Amino acid sequence: MFDTLSAILEALPYLLEGALVTVGIVIGAMGIGLIIGIHMAVGQIYGNRAVRWAVGFYVWFFRGVPVLVLLFLFYFGLFALIGLNLSAFAASILVLGMTTAAYQSQIFRGAMLSLPRGQFQAAKALGMSDLTAIISIILPQALRFSIPAWSNEYSIILKDSALAFVLGTSEIMARSHFVASRTYHHLPLYITAGCLYFILTWLGVRALLKLEEKVRIPGYAH
Amino acid sequence: MLTKEATTMTQEKPILRIENISKTLGGKEILKSVSLSLKKGELKVLIGPSGAGKSTLLQCINFLLPPDSGRVWLDGVEIQNRRKRDLYAFRQQVGMIFQDFNLFDHLDALENVAIALRKVKKMRRPEARDRAMAELERVGLEDKINLYPAELSGGQKQRVSIARALAMDPKIMLLDEPTSALDPELIGEVLSVIRDLAHGGMTMILATHQIAFTRSLAHEVIFLENGIILEQGTPAELLSPDACTRSKDFCSRLDDLCEEKG
Ligand SMILES: Nc1ncnc2c1ncn2[C@@H]1O[C@H](COP(=O)(O)OP(=O)(O)OP(=O)(O)O)[C@@H](O)[C@H]1O
Ligand SMILES: [Mg+2]
Repeated sequence: MFDTLSAILEALPYLLEGALVTVGIVIGAMGIGLIIGIHMAVGQIYGNRAVRWAVGFYVWFFRGVPVLVLLFLFYFGLFALIGLNLSAFAASILVLGMTTAAYQSQIFRGAMLSLPRGQFQAAKALGMSDLTAIISIILPQALRFSIPAWSNEYSIILKDSALAFVLGTSEIMARSHFVASRTYHHLPLYITAGCLYFILTWLGVRALLKLEEKVRIPGYAH
Repeated sequence: MLTKEATTMTQEKPILRIENISKTLGGKEILKSVSLSLKKGELKVLIGPSGAGKSTLLQCINFLLPPDSGRVWLDGVEIQNRRKRDLYAFRQQVGMIFQDFNLFDHLDALENVAIALRKVKKMRRPEARDRAMAELERVGLEDKINLYPAELSGGQKQRVSIARALAMDPKIMLLDEPTSALDPELIGEVLSVIRDLAHGGMTMILATHQIAFTRSLAHEVIFLENGIILEQGTPAELLSPDACTRSKDFCSRLDDLCEEKG
């Protein structure tokens, strides 16, 4: 018992460092997904046929292939092919970012389509270009309505980030595995790893809930 | 480039002229070569049964629905709606009021009015807000500027939307049944704002079922049915009790309906 506890305590600083790496991956990936996802959602709704087709294809591809396969495919395959020499950390961010972009684009698209059409008409009637209307009228509302689904996506990507371990990214899972295989304290270390993920999920979801409340439109009941 | 219309008219030029607007939607011809024109300060009222094409016509005028054919002139200048810049500049000068208000839900009353001033007229925030404040005062909402659409009554929402349109200094206004979505006790406050506009010389096309209002203020009544202007004339000509017109029949049927309700 004492043995177990001291094993955890000994490994904890090392694992917490790994938690920072995990947080870095998740923030990076979610950020990339946010930026690409918004553009794809706008393109899929307002774009011409070619744009809509391209976005549809992208979403179909990234939703259809397992994250693990994507990590290998890009890190050992495509990135090398195009001469992109990325660290495992950067590659993990990029691949997870591209993957969550596919899912996030559909979150934003759904939110945009759920807005009443009349506001877009009214914006255009005032002389706004489509782009101005999208940026100042549609997106501020659609993004607000996307927060609950986005929070869900955050918790999924947080857990998917454990797969970055296979590329040798030194995040929570990789470090737990490393210590466990050296010290043979498998159970306590993986429980600790699980707890770290649990805490990170809880913190993120809570922060997003706070954000949702902060930007709630007064008088708006759902 | 905008093409100047050669004007041979001797009398006052129309501020808005539309010619032979046609529109087919879902395989059905909704507007069949509709033409009309307005002089500065005129109020023309568009009446007609549901599905006649009133909303479609108003939306074709500012190209929210691009007409299949037809031409539009503002101040003698034909609008080339394929040129985006011209189209946006034209729409700034044509205020539009919708039946269901279409306020921007995420902005308070003041920002609803100010946003187009900032994003379209490129005014700076303080000036835009000052101007928005003045327009909201004009419609009697100076004490509601910080409320959001979800916190306003229907009548207040419609007045904000009128203030929003007025802030752009439009040359004409298109009003599509501005009181139809309102509870009866809220209709008056909106009509009174529109009445003030009419007295102030605003040029307007108003689609409405408010017959009494039409009788007292319209310069001309346009009766639209199945996408065609069937009748056109002063309220006295079309709506007087002894007139033998479709418009009068239609309006007396509306009056009957109102009595049944009331
Ligand atoms: N997008 C569309 N596709 C197909 N048909 C349409 C479309 N929009 C409108 N219509 C049809 O066009 C006709 C005219 O519609 P419009 O809304 O202009 O009538 P309206 O005179 O404004 O009627 P109301 O008094 O009910 O507002 C209706 O028959 C309607 O069903
Ligand atoms: Mg209508």
